[in-house]
Amino acid sequence: MKKVQIIILVAIAVAVATLISFMGNLSTYETIASARQKPGKTVTIIAHLDNKLPIEYDPVKNPNYVSFHITDTLGGTAKVVYHFEKPYDLEKAERVTLKGKMNGDVFEISRKDGILLKCPSKYKDDPNAAKKELTQN
Amino acid sequence: MEYIGEHLLPGKIGHFFAVLSLAASFVAMIAYFKATNAKTPEEERNWRKMGRIAFGIDVLAVFAVLFTIIYIVSSRYFEYNFVWEHSSRALPLNYLLACIWEAQEGSFLLWTIWLCVLGAILVRKAGKWEAPVMTVMTFALFCVATMILGIYVFGHNIGINPFILLREKMTGAPIFQRADYLSFPQMKDGQGLSALLQNYWMVIHPPILFLGFASTIVPFAYAIAGLWKKQYGEWTKIALPWTLFSACILGTGIMMGAAWAYESLSFAGYWAWDPVENASLVPWLIMVAGLHTQVVYNATGHSLRATYFFLITQFIMILYSTFLTRSGVLGDTSVHAFVDSGMNVQLGLFVLVFLFPAYILFIARYKKIPFIAKEEHSSSREFWMFIGSLILFLTSIFVIVSTSLPVINLFKKEKLATNDDPTFAYNRVVIFIAVLLGLLTAITQFLKYKQTSREYLVKKIGIPTVIAIVCSILVSVFGGINYDKYGAGFMVAIHLAMFAAIYAVVANAAYIYSGMRGKLKAAGASVAHVGFGLMLIGILFSSAKKEVLSHNTTGILLSFDPESKQDPLENITLLKGVRTDMGKYWTTFIDGDSVDPRSKAQYFHVRFEKKDGSRNFDLYPHWLKSSKGQQQISANPDKYHYFDRDIFSYITAADNPEQHRGDTVQFRSHPVTIGDTIFYSKGLIILDSVVFNPEKYHFGPGDTAFMAKLRVISKDSMHYTATPVYSVKGNQAQFIQDTVFAQNLAFRFNGLAGGRKIDLGVKESGAMIPFVALKVYEFPQINILWIGTIIMIIGFIMSLVWRRRQARVLERTEGSLAVTERSEGYARGGA
Repeated sequence: MKKVQIIILVAIAVAVATLISFMGNLSTYETIASARQKPGKTVTIIAHLDNKLPIEYDPVKNPNYVSFHITDTLGGTAKVVYHFEKPYDLEKAERVTLKGKMNGDVFEISRKDGILLKCPSKYKDDPNAAKKELTQN
Repeated sequence: MEYIGEHLLPGKIGHFFAVLSLAASFVAMIAYFKATNAKTPEEERNWRKMGRIAFGIDVLAVFAVLFTIIYIVSSRYFEYNFVWEHSSRALPLNYLLACIWEAQEGSFLLWTIWLCVLGAILVRKAGKWEAPVMTVMTFALFCVATMILGIYVFGHNIGINPFILLREKMTGAPIFQRADYLSFPQMKDGQGLSALLQNYWMVIHPPILFLGFASTIVPFAYAIAGLWKKQYGEWTKIALPWTLFSACILGTGIMMGAAWAYESLSFAGYWAWDPVENASLVPWLIMVAGLHTQVVYNATGHSLRATYFFLITQFIMILYSTFLTRSGVLGDTSVHAFVDSGMNVQLGLFVLVFLFPAYILFIARYKKIPFIAKEEHSSSREFWMFIGSLILFLTSIFVIVSTSLPVINLFKKEKLATNDDPTFAYNRVVIFIAVLLGLLTAITQFLKYKQTSREYLVKKIGIPTVIAIVCSILVSVFGGINYDKYGAGFMVAIHLAMFAAIYAVVANAAYIYSGMRGKLKAAGASVAHVGFGLMLIGILFSSAKKEVLSHNTTGILLSFDPESKQDPLENITLLKGVRTDMGKYWTTFIDGDSVDPRSKAQYFHVRFEKKDGSRNFDLYPHWLKSSKGQQQISANPDKYHYFDRDIFSYITAADNPEQHRGDTVQFRSHPVTIGDTIFYSKGLIILDSVVFNPEKYHFGPGDTAFMAKLRVISKDSMHYTATPVYSVKGNQAQFIQDTVFAQNLAFRFNGLAGGRKIDLGVKESGAMIPFVALKVYEFPQINILWIGTIIMIIGFIMSLVWRRRQARVLERTEGSLAVTERSEGYARGGA
């Protein structure tokens, strides 16, 4: 066997091992209910913002504390605590992707990138948003 | 129904040209295909002529579409969906083009335009490769033209028509029941360009990036042409400038995106391993891998098969990236990706129509691609260049598989997501790749093709190695890299990578002198490698040492959120005019002002004073509020540049300063003793007690602290408490102010006055005190990254010029031969 072939094999083995370890480190998508079953484990939840309850954020008192409520399609609800500033368009986001840990009844997000909203520019391609805009004014 | 006041003609013209460009590109493709497979020179000439005419019509049609869009946008015809959705009256003219490529269909149009420009160059310059290369180009033009077609076939939407009317798109909306709907207020203005995108980078970054995207097809097309015409190794020299061009422009585009993200978006960094960023990095990595093997083949005859594989794969990855970012698959994992616009099938097909023919052709001809049976010597340059390309390729595979999780999830029951620390998942792998690439970049240039003697290598590389070791030890010892967040192992890796990066810079700089004897014209590769090494250094420094300065350590009301103690507190709140402690700095929010009423930009003046008195500076971070519709806010940071680091700050929250014009109230000092009362306009303040060393502030043994307990009783008999703190920490006085916002009061414990009295500062504002919440980072050595980027681009351009010259010489000598050869070939084919 040629040494290039050996090196390629080794490199591919390393690459596969890296990918497997990457996969092993992944979290899972959960519903709010199933996240409750896994307290303290980092999970990803896709949920809707519960617009009926207020978003709590008072930057004068504490700029590093946001709390809001979410519901998911299965009807689960939870309070979310995020220890950073309020993302600008949080109240407009129809869907949020959250990464964090369930802690009792509270979903705690301890990293800045634990909340993912869509880039605001991208809402515009969403026909529902435009429709809303047209009928609202 | 007859609608009043619509301008339908431009839309009809535009759509006609969109359809025409589709038809023309199809004809051109067929003609060029026939020309490629022609049996006689005459037949080839005829088909090629037809191909050129059709391509010319296509180019005209595409530009006509562009001008029609510019026309309807600049005429503010809001009856068009495109105009209504992406522009507004308030939009400054310089963002007119930006709002065109903000849209999904507009960015496809941009791609088409670049394909046309590149195609036009190829028609002039490609010579005997024109027919097969242009077949591929026109096929791509055809595919992209379908993206802006916007017609329905069997209930499926093909493409998005940029000239569709708003009433045709929003058929359900009630206002379109009225013939005079255009007179309604919501039709008088468009949605405008997102505030986030109103930035000069938005004007320049997309065109460059799309030129990069579009240009990747050229090396691909040459590779396909080589396979197709069975002239396997003949195109690699003349196509090398194209590979360089593509790698250069795509790299520039990517780094411009990084600079944009760093400079004017509040992503707090230049790279976040976001799927959309990865999607353009992956093709670039493979392109660079292909570039190196192509150079190897030209010099030695090795690695031709790898070159084919890389140059084909990079373009397939471009298409796959397009699918990822535009189909909406990444909706839950990326901040930048487009939402689903119902084109998933079409975008998927776009990948497949290139993927299958290209790889089938490659596999079918694989055995015939010439190769050298004798192996590369392990001391040869070509061997290690190939290894480097392999590493680049495997890196790209790692990145793209990780990025494709949402696609993998489509086929899986248990959906997976990245961990809560997605960037580290990449960094912990990439750091080792940086080590390998740095070392290879440093050493490989010193190796000779075919074989290198040990003495030669040691003689040439000895001094650079010693210099690099000394430099990197100095950096490791004095550079202050103490990034132990992820354990000692990762920190060691950072130091190793730092050495490799420094080695790459030193060795390549040395090579320009010792290897090329200062012959700069040919030193493009070394210059690019120096740039690459500098980029690595900049990346390592700025990411490993990025620091949050705005720790809310002594802000207001520290204990409000008890759970947050163990968490990073990244924001600090500044009250207007109140000097606040922020680690190494005193910060004061001086003023917030609206400057440009059109763009609704609001600037916040924040003064920074270094505590050791060495430097004072002002930052003006601002934010933009979009004027229309959804109240979008976009924060644009401001930076202070030290030569070796940036202080980077942006606004995370603020109240509306317009309500507080002329608030110049200062703290008024009151000497009070326990039990004393101070009156203010709406009630009274009583000093209840002074607590010595209050427990909740966790002061150390050598420090002293006093906390005043105040009771505020307002006229409407509401009770509030406030507890300002005065402390001495290491001979420095510190103040923790407190506020009663319901009463617009702020308190500061100024210190002890004589006679058992304390000095209490009280500030009563006319309205609520304006404030900003602010985030401040320190990015050390970020400049090295940008300088490295620029040097790398210069290196690319230098080798582009150099290789182009070589290719031209080659074409001239080959040209005369080729004519005779070709006619002989045809004669044989005919017989």
